[in-house]
Amino acid sequence: MRDARGDVTRPIGARLWLSGAWLALLVLAALCAPLIAPKDPLMQDLFLGRMPPFWVTGAEPGYLLGTDSLGRDVLSRILYGARLALIVALVAGSLTCFIGATLGLIAGYYRGWPDRIISRFVDIWMAFPPVLFAILLIAVMGPGLVSIIIAIVVIDWTRFARVIRAEAMSQGAMDYVASAQVAGRTRFGTMLTEILPNVLPTIVALLTLEMGIAVIIEAILSFVNLSISTDSPTWGGMIAEGRTSVHQAWWVLVFPLITLFLTVLSFSQLGEGLKDRFDPVLR
Amino acid sequence: MTVFRNILIRLLTTAVTLFGVAVIVFVVIRVVPGNPIAMMLPPGATDADIARLQAQYGFDKSIFQQFMIWLSGVMQGDFGTSISTRQPVAGLVLSRLPATLELSIVALTIAMLLGGALALAGTRFRETKAEAAVDITSGMALSIPDFLWGLVLILLFGVLWPVFHISGRISPALNIDFSTNFYLFESILRLRFDVIADLVGHMFMPALALAIPLAAIIAQLLKQSLKETMHLDYVTLARTKGYGENHVITREALPNAVLPTLTLVGVQFTFLIGGTVIIERLFSYEGLGNMAIDAVINRDLPLIQGIVILFAFLFTIVNLVVDMLYVLLNPKLRHA
Amino acid sequence: MNSFLEVRNLNLSLKAGMPILRSVSLNVAAGQVHGLVGESGAGKSMIGKAVLGTLPRALQVTSGEIWLDGVNLNSLPTAERRKTIGAKAALIPQDPLTALNPSKRIGPQITRRLVDILGWQKSDAEARAVELLHEVHIPDPARVMKSYPHELSGGMRQRILIASAFAAEPKLIIADEPTTALDVTVQKQILRLIAEMQQRHDTALLFVTHDLGVVSKTCDTLSVLYAGKVIEEARMRRFFTRPIHPYSAALLKATPTYTNPRGSLTPVPQSVIDATEREVREHDMRASR
Repeated sequence: MRDARGDVTRPIGARLWLSGAWLALLVLAALCAPLIAPKDPLMQDLFLGRMPPFWVTGAEPGYLLGTDSLGRDVLSRILYGARLALIVALVAGSLTCFIGATLGLIAGYYRGWPDRIISRFVDIWMAFPPVLFAILLIAVMGPGLVSIIIAIVVIDWTRFARVIRAEAMSQGAMDYVASAQVAGRTRFGTMLTEILPNVLPTIVALLTLEMGIAVIIEAILSFVNLSISTDSPTWGGMIAEGRTSVHQAWWVLVFPLITLFLTVLSFSQLGEGLKDRFDPVLR
Repeated sequence: MTVFRNILIRLLTTAVTLFGVAVIVFVVIRVVPGNPIAMMLPPGATDADIARLQAQYGFDKSIFQQFMIWLSGVMQGDFGTSISTRQPVAGLVLSRLPATLELSIVALTIAMLLGGALALAGTRFRETKAEAAVDITSGMALSIPDFLWGLVLILLFGVLWPVFHISGRISPALNIDFSTNFYLFESILRLRFDVIADLVGHMFMPALALAIPLAAIIAQLLKQSLKETMHLDYVTLARTKGYGENHVITREALPNAVLPTLTLVGVQFTFLIGGTVIIERLFSYEGLGNMAIDAVINRDLPLIQGIVILFAFLFTIVNLVVDMLYVLLNPKLRHA
Repeated sequence: MNSFLEVRNLNLSLKAGMPILRSVSLNVAAGQVHGLVGESGAGKSMIGKAVLGTLPRALQVTSGEIWLDGVNLNSLPTAERRKTIGAKAALIPQDPLTALNPSKRIGPQITRRLVDILGWQKSDAEARAVELLHEVHIPDPARVMKSYPHELSGGMRQRILIASAFAAEPKLIIADEPTTALDVTVQKQILRLIAEMQQRHDTALLFVTHDLGVVSKTCDTLSVLYAGKVIEEARMRRFFTRPIHPYSAALLKATPTYTNPRGSLTPVPQSVIDATEREVREHDMRASR
């Protein structure tokens, strides 16, 4: 067994560092976008439309990753797009986590009628196609950062609620919880001191996963042109544009796609890695 | 008796769920700030226009009354009239449903074949580099959602090596008279191989994009389940009878390992159907999801309502079918 | 004496290096019953598993040979080895509750391998299965063949597994603690049944057990295993009257047998265990030199 464990943990360590490094790079890019972006991400130059990236013949100097159909610099737009992506990831991810995990804890630990009500809502939510639900919410609330965050929280709280409910339920059945209560702890106190620490690794893993999902949902909403105002750069918006001109200018699609791909992958790998590191049972 | 009771309870909860979905769609559209009629009309409409439309669609009544009117219509199979096309919602939605169903079923089939093959390979070569490769592949495939796989596939098979169509459901040049909207199933029955090839050429990438994450989940769950089954005595006993490892895995272990993964795959299949919304958009595939996004953009409230309810209905049906399959495949429950 | 199964100097260890079997040699003559006795953890089940080729992956054979009916199993390629074992030997497993495939009916679980591996006609295989189920005293075999395992009791399932083991007329049966998982009342019936079937079909039987009492009733010869080493090999009569190894003697005193049905039972003295332990260690030292 020890051998098998060793084999499993080593690559996870590497993945943890790689994904952490990519995300750190992204945070840096988002914070310093005005300093490091070579061009103004909104600046159009119709004479420089669809210029290829630097290594392709016919590239325009100064536009490292080429330009889109309106002559805007792809690299600069990716850097600025990281700002929206990361804000959504952080704010929507944490809010979703907080609300979903709280409801899940209450349902799983208190059982009874709170559980029945919360579980019924989860069932109803599971019957919605999530992307359609998000699009509908944005259409109703109108585009904007706040709408995106609300939409993500509304459609995805069930992910936390379901998993944490199940975990809290199995933890609540353990003897140590019963003994904590016999020792005179209140139910609410027991939930915070006995249950919460044991489900925390799962919450952390789900939180990082949710951040990646939030980035994807934002990209999807931008893709159908329902994210924030149309002229600020978003990865999803760039992908939507790249999709329509994929035969003429592949780079408009490829670079934001690679960025999005690595970001989502990093968030999920980070979650897996953190879970293994913090899980008291696995450790 | 208990079987009947279970079915009754299931139908009741299904009804409650669908009712809840309908209420939420109603509330979301009507209570959240913003006038639904203003949403429907182009900017610059006069007050008289708004009032006339409000009366026509019943928006001048209270939300409760509107809901009751809508509900009583639904009971009679009337889901209202689409605002953008002025056709009955039920007809519109049902005409698009086959396209989405075909896409989902093809995707599910790909996912089961791909995931099953990976799980079997991982089990056959367990504790070797091949199993590690299966783990890493499925881990990667699982972390990336269908939307991104769709884009990757467009680049791979639409641009880099253009072998598949990147948009639409069927080539307009084909001009076939179908008697149903199940184009693929119908052309299979009619043995029109040219049409099948064209349909598959359109459907392959969206279906594969939807299938990849599900295949990864199936691979992981089934492999785990298989590995646990491989330690059981009847598997060991089969080995002593002279059977080869492939037979032992596929004939002895697999039928028992499939069962625990089945219910989980059922839930994941509803996620896959939900994923068709954006994937159909991405590949301009004329199905329900694509229509739904158009309906949202055109602010076609009755159509949105109809589509969301249909999706919810579809999900509950899938869950019901999975539960029934579970009973059917499990000898311990079959005779109970 | 002509051995049907011969294990020569078999060494088995964990992949990490810890020895499980230490130079085990063993002979089972055709038509004879050989008992393999030892405490749990002595490695007795591993010998059966090594013969049948079903060792856990964590274990490996480091040296030694296994000859079955004059064929060196180690010299055969994997698929060939499995076929040879499948044709000549069969296992009666320990736990009847987990040894039948829960998703298949009983009938096919007995007949399939006759059809698949030995090329029988399906109808012949089915007739054979009914006959075997009669032999193991199962009432209404036709109905039982259509049942699923979960519909039958533990004793019934063990009878079915015994019938199944004899289906292909193997010349060697390995019974791995075949009664441990059963009720005491059923144990006796199953023991009697195994002996009866062994005599009727004239097979060799390797009987793996921790229970000397069981061995005394059924076996012709026996080996005593301690910590993966055979410390005594003897004919039955001689063993029960004059055990040579002190551990064997102590073990005998600690077992209620027909020679000593109600006598006071003495636990194996610590001094004997220590001495045997020393002996095994010395063996390891010699082996590593």
